[in-house]
Amino acid sequence: MRDVAVVAYSAWNGVEHERNEVEILMPVVRDVFDKVGLTKNDIGFTCSGTSDYLAGQPFSFVSALDAVGAWPPIVESHVEMDGAWALYEAWVRLQHGDLDTALVYAVGKSTMGDLLDVLALQLDPYVLTPLWPDPVSLAALQARAYLEKTGKTEDDLAAVAESRGRRVDRASGYIASPLRRHDCPPITDGAAAVVLAVGDRARELCERPAWICGIDHRIEQHQLGARDLTRSESAKVAADKAGASGVDVAELHAPFTHQELILRDAIGLNGATINPSGGALKANPLMVAGLERIGEAASRVLDGSAAKVLGHATSGPCLQQNLVCVMESR
Amino acid sequence: MSEDVTGIVVPIHLDYTYTPGVAASRFLRHIAEGNYVGQRCPKCKKVYVPPRGSCPTCGVPTDEEVELKQTGTITAFCIVNIPFAGQAVECPYVSATIQLDGADIGFYHLIQEIPYDQIHIGMRVEAVWKPREEWGTTTESIAHFKPTDA
Amino acid sequence: MANPCAIIGIGQTKHDTKREDCSQIDLVREAAKRALEDAGLTWRDIDAVVIGKAPDTFEGVMMPELFLADALGAVGKPMLRVHTAGSVGGSTALVAASLIQAGVHDRVLTVAYEKQSESDAMWALAMKIPFSPPLVAGAGGYFAPHIRKYIAQSKAPDDIGIKVAVKDRLNGVKNPYAHLHLPNITYEEVRDSLMLWDPIRYLETCPSSDGACAMVLASESASNAPTRPAWVHGGAMRSEPTMFAGRDEVNPIAGQECARDVYKQAGISDPRKEFDAAEIYVPFSWFEAMWMENLHFAPIGDGWKMTDTGATAIDGDMPINPSGGVMCSNPIGASGMLRFAEAAMQVRGQAGEHQIDGARLALGHAYGGGSQYYAMWVVGSEKP
Ligand SMILES: [Zn+2]
Repeated sequence: MRDVAVVAYSAWNGVEHERNEVEILMPVVRDVFDKVGLTKNDIGFTCSGTSDYLAGQPFSFVSALDAVGAWPPIVESHVEMDGAWALYEAWVRLQHGDLDTALVYAVGKSTMGDLLDVLALQLDPYVLTPLWPDPVSLAALQARAYLEKTGKTEDDLAAVAESRGRRVDRASGYIASPLRRHDCPPITDGAAAVVLAVGDRARELCERPAWICGIDHRIEQHQLGARDLTRSESAKVAADKAGASGVDVAELHAPFTHQELILRDAIGLNGATINPSGGALKANPLMVAGLERIGEAASRVLDGSAAKVLGHATSGPCLQQNLVCVMESR
Repeated sequence: MSEDVTGIVVPIHLDYTYTPGVAASRFLRHIAEGNYVGQRCPKCKKVYVPPRGSCPTCGVPTDEEVELKQTGTITAFCIVNIPFAGQAVECPYVSATIQLDGADIGFYHLIQEIPYDQIHIGMRVEAVWKPREEWGTTTESIAHFKPTDA
Repeated sequence: MANPCAIIGIGQTKHDTKREDCSQIDLVREAAKRALEDAGLTWRDIDAVVIGKAPDTFEGVMMPELFLADALGAVGKPMLRVHTAGSVGGSTALVAASLIQAGVHDRVLTVAYEKQSESDAMWALAMKIPFSPPLVAGAGGYFAPHIRKYIAQSKAPDDIGIKVAVKDRLNGVKNPYAHLHLPNITYEEVRDSLMLWDPIRYLETCPSSDGACAMVLASESASNAPTRPAWVHGGAMRSEPTMFAGRDEVNPIAGQECARDVYKQAGISDPRKEFDAAEIYVPFSWFEAMWMENLHFAPIGDGWKMTDTGATAIDGDMPINPSGGVMCSNPIGASGMLRFAEAAMQVRGQAGEHQIDGARLALGHAYGGGSQYYAMWVVGSEKP
């Protein structure tokens, strides 16, 4: 395998009512290039992650190309997934040997539609969507199963929320029992971009590249009744394959408090600092938040504050699909 | 008696709050005042109308505004004979890309006030606005384009 | 450099207007099981699944790969979902091939599908966006002006589109999976069919189909299969923006460059002479002539002559779309992969009645968006 590293990361998230996706993405892409002194013409491969249903328009990723300035024509691909999987595709493409740099980006405006209805469309269209179960209710099913099985309590969930910087209010009502407001992610817009580079090219571009020493992703059954919701087998396998042991910092894409606990169990993060960025409980731009976790983790290597880090991304209801990317300094 | 169920209809209704973006919003506010205002790319100097917030080839914001004439040239067109969902006008109609004088890119609009078999690529056209009270933040403020008298 | 990639299994569904006999699950499995059977493998032998389709609005399901994971045997494995507009079937195959070429996996199942009948394609494509009048009537309304421009620039006779439409429909009769089987179609019938988006007539457009295509791709060490494999000699993707000042929509640079890239990888200098067959994405008949120029098969302005002289016929010197192509079956998300798969079937000698005798080298081509996304591969009967 060729050595591939994250050499730059930039992101923006918040709630945006003025700018469209292109206008959100453009400064992020400009910033990530500025960090390593590159321009679009230096990039070998471009890959992105977005969702048409988030934008409420078919082919929404097409206009995002305008933010990149795809001229002369670029070697490019797109996944209808979180940008973390776009990073995986770019990592694979860089293994071919003919290209040395890649731009990976993700953009999404979760505030445009009613996210609870939009995400109900992510379910089996024949037997689940007609019931319109919203994603918070499904997460609550998982949380209840997890608390029952492990003997943990709502206080344990609140402790997660507190350590991610959420204001905990135990007296507030349930959104979907046992989940309260502080257990659930905010609805966030955002964009993120990462530059990957190979070998000596990476060493030229920055002082401390975050070398990808393992990356893997796995999917599980979609039908919630068909899998054990209290654990994440796919995160466990991906972490094992990616070599997740001994990391200093882990950025977990856990939109709900109980999911962070499930992921910590699955990945086995003894003593690691978890989610110094605040994670998805602080900002959860859909399609972007997973790539942000990889970028945030990589940033700890880029700034010299950590030697080995882990970025995680999830997709689908109740942690159906998980990706783990382990990076280190050398 | 029972029939096999081979399918069900699940009506989907989703509401979105659409944001045209900063650049397009500025353009639309000018349209509501009866002006066609494009934006120039600071790098390649091309003028885009309607502006989309960035120069698609340079990937940079287009901030400088350029007021355009309301005359232009047909760069391509087709005659639409097939009705489709959400259609704005009756068939048949002519949908054309029109490049305004001073702009570097064409946009879609209707061509009327001429027999369709006389329309050709390169034909000079001008904007025909709706009555003032119907102007708004939409390109529908312009009823259609028609051949210039000249 | 990249590792060799073999195509060891190919499957497709019967394509039809409405496959009401099956769900999306059944549809993708129908193609995938045929590909596995062709490869002599079972679900267990597969390392990863790469799935592609065009906009999710076509079925009304957001990221449908999530609910299809179980049915495609992906549970416990990596699964990727690609979406690059109309070229997606091609780029999905290229992403799958990339996993083999990178040395990440030995056997990858790749699937592309569309079940347009489960939603409303016209609605999905012509959604009302605020602040601008909906003047562009679907894909035909978008591409018709480009075709008119091509005709004006090349001074082509105005019946080239009719000839392509007849040729492809007669080819499609030889393809049991094709959606349209029109054995009695005539020049006059196409000419007299309704003008939808002048200059595009009804019979010069592709149908709207439900369908799927699947392939099993393998590394060299895993390339043994009941039928000899096809080998990837080159693969490339290119994109350019939809609209920009000075853009040539008739002969887009992205397509020209993508073709040059893939020919270079495969060592091809004269595509018309060296290819035995090509399966290219022709959703409106006139695009055959336009793509002949974009793909460097003919000089600028001369693409239409290849159709006019019969060169692109199944018995011509450069058979284009012997399967009947997109003009006979258009399950959008799968259409690009069908082109890639049909090219591979030709060099494997698997194409049945529409087989080009002794085909050894073939091109698979897909495009999407506003003629701005391109995916191509060159496949051969010999290992490169
Ligand atoms: Zn520019």
